[in-house]
Amino acid sequence: MSVREDLLYSKEHEWVRIEGTMAYMGITEYAARQLGDIVYVELPSKGMQLASGGRLGIIESVKAVADLHCPVSGQVVEINLDLEIEPQQINLDAHAAWIAVLEIAKAEELKGLLTYAEYQEFLRAIK
Amino acid sequence: MSKLIFEKSVAGSTSFRLPPSEVPEGLALPASMLCTEGPALPEISEVETVRHFVELSKKAYGVDTGFYPLGSCTMKYNPKINEWAARLPGLASIHPLQPVDTVQGALEIMHHLERILCEVTGMDQFSLQPAAGAHGELAGILMMKAYFAKHGETQRTVMLVPDSAHGTNPATANMAGYKVVQIKSDARGRVDVPSLRAAMNEQVAGIMLTNPNTLGLFEDEVAEIAHIVHSGGGLLYYDGANANGMVGVARPGDMGFDVAHLNLHKTFGTPHGGGGPGSGPVGVKARLAEFLPVPIVRQGSDGYYLECNRPHSIGQMLAFYGNFGVLVRAYAYALALGGPGLREAGENAVLNANYLRHKLRGVYDIPFDTLCKHEFVATPGKLKSECGVSTIDIAKRLLDYGYHPPTVYFPLIVPEAMLIEPTETETKERLDVFVEVMVIIAKEARENAEMLKKAPSLTPVRRVDEVGAARKPILRYKAEGL
Amino acid sequence: MAYVPNPPAVRQQMLEEIGLSSMEELFFDIPEQYRLKGLDLGRGLSEIEIQRHLTKLAAKNISSYPIFLGAGAYDHHIPVAIDQILMRSEFYTAYTPYQPEISQGILQGIFEFQSHICALTGMDVSNASMYDAASALAEACNIAAEVTRRKKILVPDTVNPDYLAVLKTYAQSGVFDLVTVHCSKGKVGHELRAAIDDQTAAVAVQNPNFYGILEQDAEEIGALVHEQGGLFIMAVDPISLGLLKSPGKLGADLVVGEGQSLGMGLSYGGPYLGFFAGTDKMLRRIPGRIVGQTTDREGRRAFVLTLQAREQHIRRERASSNICSNQALNALAAAIFLSLVGPKGLRDIAERSHQLARYAEGELSRVGIELLYPEPYFREFIIKVANPAAVNRKLLAEGIIGGCELPHGLMLAFTEKRTKEEVDRLVAVIGGAR
Repeated sequence: MSVREDLLYSKEHEWVRIEGTMAYMGITEYAARQLGDIVYVELPSKGMQLASGGRLGIIESVKAVADLHCPVSGQVVEINLDLEIEPQQINLDAHAAWIAVLEIAKAEELKGLLTYAEYQEFLRAIK
Repeated sequence: MSKLIFEKSVAGSTSFRLPPSEVPEGLALPASMLCTEGPALPEISEVETVRHFVELSKKAYGVDTGFYPLGSCTMKYNPKINEWAARLPGLASIHPLQPVDTVQGALEIMHHLERILCEVTGMDQFSLQPAAGAHGELAGILMMKAYFAKHGETQRTVMLVPDSAHGTNPATANMAGYKVVQIKSDARGRVDVPSLRAAMNEQVAGIMLTNPNTLGLFEDEVAEIAHIVHSGGGLLYYDGANANGMVGVARPGDMGFDVAHLNLHKTFGTPHGGGGPGSGPVGVKARLAEFLPVPIVRQGSDGYYLECNRPHSIGQMLAFYGNFGVLVRAYAYALALGGPGLREAGENAVLNANYLRHKLRGVYDIPFDTLCKHEFVATPGKLKSECGVSTIDIAKRLLDYGYHPPTVYFPLIVPEAMLIEPTETETKERLDVFVEVMVIIAKEARENAEMLKKAPSLTPVRRVDEVGAARKPILRYKAEGL
Repeated sequence: MAYVPNPPAVRQQMLEEIGLSSMEELFFDIPEQYRLKGLDLGRGLSEIEIQRHLTKLAAKNISSYPIFLGAGAYDHHIPVAIDQILMRSEFYTAYTPYQPEISQGILQGIFEFQSHICALTGMDVSNASMYDAASALAEACNIAAEVTRRKKILVPDTVNPDYLAVLKTYAQSGVFDLVTVHCSKGKVGHELRAAIDDQTAAVAVQNPNFYGILEQDAEEIGALVHEQGGLFIMAVDPISLGLLKSPGKLGADLVVGEGQSLGMGLSYGGPYLGFFAGTDKMLRRIPGRIVGQTTDREGRRAFVLTLQAREQHIRRERASSNICSNQALNALAAAIFLSLVGPKGLRDIAERSHQLARYAEGELSRVGIELLYPEPYFREFIIKVANPAAVNRKLLAEGIIGGCELPHGLMLAFTEKRTKEEVDRLVAVIGGAR
């Protein structure tokens, strides 16, 4: 179980957990709740090189669909294949259900992400 | 639940027979191309096939079953004479590639219908080819693209679409290779004109507009919208999905629209068939006529013919000429109504909608409670905030009372929307009874919200697991053990 | 005819109840300059007049002659039971089954249609239908471009030219580039093989092809394009699949076809039935409505529209297809047809059509008429005649609808409905006309 305060966040409602040069990423509980029951996650392929903001994948619920954005530039080194079989893991615990691991290419980009407090502020503003 | 027809299969029970063969038997086909065992189709007698499908029909709901106020879908009565007409052997049994002198009657129908659609819309020429509204949209947007290509304006790569639009509009623009820019609605539920003005530039090919819009409101600033788009060098596309809300009263061609499609399965009363076939003829103003799909029916000195050689045409949208059987039905409909009848249809569609809106006011929230056209949006309002009853619960409870519910959760810009379209073919009495039921459901929501959340309970099946269906898709019958 | 049921007095009462005095006031939101005085379409006609008028128009068409035209639409037998069932107005006056609890009949019908199509094509998934084969093929090309992130779609010119024409129209979107490959022998061969490279998004092969010929290299072409990372699309004739190896067996990723032969009238070109199937991998790429099996809250089997996040009403500008209305009633007709004829009936129809064609070929050769392409065919072939239009005129004068006129010959199609006597007459006229 990850401590949400330690995570970084994007304005597209992705969370990022830094482990060395690796960035675990997933979508926030807020995003999962907005989507409703998630039925399918289109995962990126391993080895894919993506710039920050690029399309990493797609998340579908019964009534909605959302692009999954790449929060930091880098290469996809791991994907969570469990989500192909059990996409509901994201609904159950969005901050535990990581989607992909990126090898961070531009560490300076991390400064552009929101802290927990900033993200909470951001959520209040858009509600 | 009914067994699948595959589960009723009994080897050797098929009733179908061919006459005895009069020609030598045997196959002159390479063995490598032949299947070793035939397709796994069911084997079932004619009587059991008929009973199977009659049983299925009893678990379906059509306009002939009862009131069907499915907003934006225009579930009006489908006149029976139209069904008779489409089944005339002289119309139902002619091959699309027969010599034109053997199909003059068919071409005459198409030609007359094309002229009727021009008169109804104020456009100059129509193609009857598109098989559905979305198909007509694609043809229309490709024509706009061809128009700009011919005029050297290939920098126009953006299509403007209001946020209240049907999903087909942005999907069509994307499919035709345009980038979509959404224009927000204003507080009156119409296109926000200042936003449109700000979005219009030399990158913009045009706007796709539905009028009356999906809230059932007439875009009363259409003159200004047309002026902004035209003076910026763009074109106006009319999505005729709601043309039944002003048919006989006003015409897109008079409002500055350059391209327009009509859904014959809406405005012209042809049946929806459980999802199709529809028909989505697309019309244009003269300056775009050269881009229309081919072929076009023409009248020459020797009769009617199909004109194929049109060098600037976008080409064919279908292998043949459109859903001809649907065109015949629409033609019979137009003949039955004539000019006065089409206006009468438009007027009464609007009268019925406003009558319902008036009657439901106070029971449900009407977010845009103003003169509407053929449909309007209602929401649960306090039933949601105070009793926790959602639109879906109301819709499902309506099923228990024997009604098809309104369109729900559309348009997207109104949370908890119920889009209600009674159509002109409903009596006051039926509308009154529907209102009574809606009042009862509102009362139930206050007194027994839990029951509504469990509705329906009187239908062949209860609420179904859509999430499970999408997570673990089962999309075809698989024999046991496979 | 009047389809508005409220009499004028009731309308007036309703107007008054909402605080208006006239119909005109319902349209005060429409700027005055746009309000019409009336449409110039004449008065409405009575049912008697409509019947008289349309009977007269229908009589101007010739629909009673034996017909040897095919080229994408075929005069196969339509079991009478089909139309009797289609006239159940719970089916034909319904909309798309958005409310599964009262639409189980329609949903199950579509599910059975999907199952039939999968059984015929040997594919894993099918949608609820497309407009016709040509538009279905165009959508398959869109998908191939999206899946492979390549643009080049190779299509041999043995594919129906009307399908090619529709592909050309759809290609104007810029989503895919259509490359037509000329094949000299009436079937795909070395020209197509040579054109396949690592930029190829897909190859689309029709079998039997437009000329009625079996594409014997289809499987090899499919393997070649797979080697290069592209998709293999096949357009097939469903009647032929009573007899021929399924496209699934030939390695197709996406399969489309024209279902008109499965119980639909010729109806001057429509409404017909596009079908669309694919492998499991294509599941979430397939356009249009799809019905899935699920359960209701009491655990009973139920059916529902599913995978809707692919579709335009949810995906909007990100949707790769805009299709919503399809050809559902035609799909139902096909499901009824395939249930009525069963696997043996379908095979009998396919064999009889083929055998009548073979008989005709033999008889034609006795009067000196040769095939343009001496290749195995299913139920359609091209004969060499110098002036196909003249032959067709002669046939018409003798009460026969002839074949499809092509630059180098006349293409004749045969179905189980044709008799030996009709074929003999055809041969006699063509033999005499030469």
